[in-house]
Amino acid sequence: MTSSALEFWTTPLGWTLITVGQILLVTVVLLLSVAFQIYGDRKIFAGVQMRKGPNVVGPFGLLQSFADLGKFVVKELVIPAGADKPLFLLAPLISVILALGCWAVMPFGPGWIVSNINVGILYLFALSSLGVYGIIIGGWASNSKYAFLGSLRSAAQMVSYEVSIGFVVITVILLSGTMNLQQIVEKQAGGFWNWNMFGGGGLANLPILLVMFPMGVIFFISGLAETNRPPFDLPEAESELVAGYAVEYGSTPYLLFYLAEMSNILLMSMLFAVLFLGGWQAPFPTPFTDSWAPTAVSLFSFMWLFLKTIFVFFMNAMVRAIVPRYRYDQLMRLGWKVFLPTSLVAVMLVAAWRVFGPQA
Amino acid sequence: MDLQAIAFYLLAAVTVISGFLVITARNPVHSVLFLIMAFFTAAGLFVMLGAEFLAMLLIVVYVGAVAVLFLFVVMMLDVDFTQLREGFAQYLPIGMVVGGVLSVEMVMVAVTVAANGAAGKNAAPAAPVADLPNAEAIGRVLYTDYIYFFQAAGLVLLVAMIGAIVLTLRHRPGVRRQNIGDQVARTPASGMKIVQIKSGEGLSE
Repeated sequence: MTSSALEFWTTPLGWTLITVGQILLVTVVLLLSVAFQIYGDRKIFAGVQMRKGPNVVGPFGLLQSFADLGKFVVKELVIPAGADKPLFLLAPLISVILALGCWAVMPFGPGWIVSNINVGILYLFALSSLGVYGIIIGGWASNSKYAFLGSLRSAAQMVSYEVSIGFVVITVILLSGTMNLQQIVEKQAGGFWNWNMFGGGGLANLPILLVMFPMGVIFFISGLAETNRPPFDLPEAESELVAGYAVEYGSTPYLLFYLAEMSNILLMSMLFAVLFLGGWQAPFPTPFTDSWAPTAVSLFSFMWLFLKTIFVFFMNAMVRAIVPRYRYDQLMRLGWKVFLPTSLVAVMLVAAWRVFGPQA
Repeated sequence: MDLQAIAFYLLAAVTVISGFLVITARNPVHSVLFLIMAFFTAAGLFVMLGAEFLAMLLIVVYVGAVAVLFLFVVMMLDVDFTQLREGFAQYLPIGMVVGGVLSVEMVMVAVTVAANGAAGKNAAPAAPVADLPNAEAIGRVLYTDYIYFFQAAGLVLLVAMIGAIVLTLRHRPGVRRQNIGDQVARTPASGMKIVQIKSGEGLSE
């Protein structure tokens, strides 16, 4: 490559092209992952219940999600009478834009990140707190009392669990001393004993494992509630309540809501891997990669992140299959009376550890 | 034209227009949504100033929490706007006086700032520390120089929270509250009674 060709990529136009290319790459891979994530979710669910699951479309039913996509897209779009038409169509767009926007700060490997910003984790938190709007607006604009009540239910649930997620994230920020996701991952290098879940600093930080391990569990459970997954799927609860905020939606707008939800589940799984399981770091020291080409190292690292994400998602799917649904008051009690005080105490403990502990 | 200038004028225009639409929109829910849009674009302006930490906090606190409550209240209350508009002419003079005073103040502040420069004769703000992330820079000032103000602000919020609870908490008599501890501690022995019923006699109790 000549030097003039390299210079082009540093101009504003070249930079814009490169960034758009990265965004497209991430989005395409994400959409494909979501398709197979839905398939995997259904297969795991079916396996637990000793059924076969989707097995007709394509080999082993692998193309089931794409068939569903076609079905959604060709369906007729029905907008209820009296609905607020612009808002009715805006709501799924908000959901899906926010869900895809979150992936901008996700570190996929060393140097593999679309936007390496200093407040990465706050950015994620800000976007996920905006996600409530897609649901509230969708429920309200439908002009249906079932959809409206459903949207209030799920908005209250998401707001409640965001609080405990926020405090858990603060413990991780305190432990790493940075809000940059890439740096949080880099701090956990050198083996699984340096992961935040296990104290984030080898043997010296081992006592804080007593705090960080429960924090990881709380983050996982709050993530289930935040993404409206069973056992906290009160927003949908198709067997006892009508389908919540999405009851008036069909066709492509519903597809967008579904896509946003699935993408958020994947995001939560990967975020758990990044915050607590060392992100793209291998679970053992990797001095042998020093002589590798940078691309090979990145691919090797991405493989670990991928495996960890799949592991967390598998746990997510197992929870869906084996835990019965919570009652709404139990859900609220768990969020406000159990998780919130516990995570508040944990923030104090971790802060004290940082000030008075061995690494002070 | 500079890319930043384009972004600034776009964000500023959207902020002003959505601020205007907040008060002109006929539907109160639309008003709140425009308010949210104004908050959001204001956060964008913060990012352009290099204050990304404040921008994110603005979104998390105001858009993600406060505005959600606004939206809840506005959606749940059945506000009758014809009734609200009845006193419009009556309150117009007072509104105009308040608005006039506010705009005069804003013009005066703007003129002073334009004449003296932003930090002109007042105490200079703490010197920005080079290469320090935003959040850390704010933390260093907030928890050292302004710790008392910061704590006082926290106390004010605490008092407001307790006040809101005191105002709305009612202990109605005769309400059977759920006690999770009791429910979990219930055993078959304490929860049921086994009775032998002789045939033809039934249960007398």
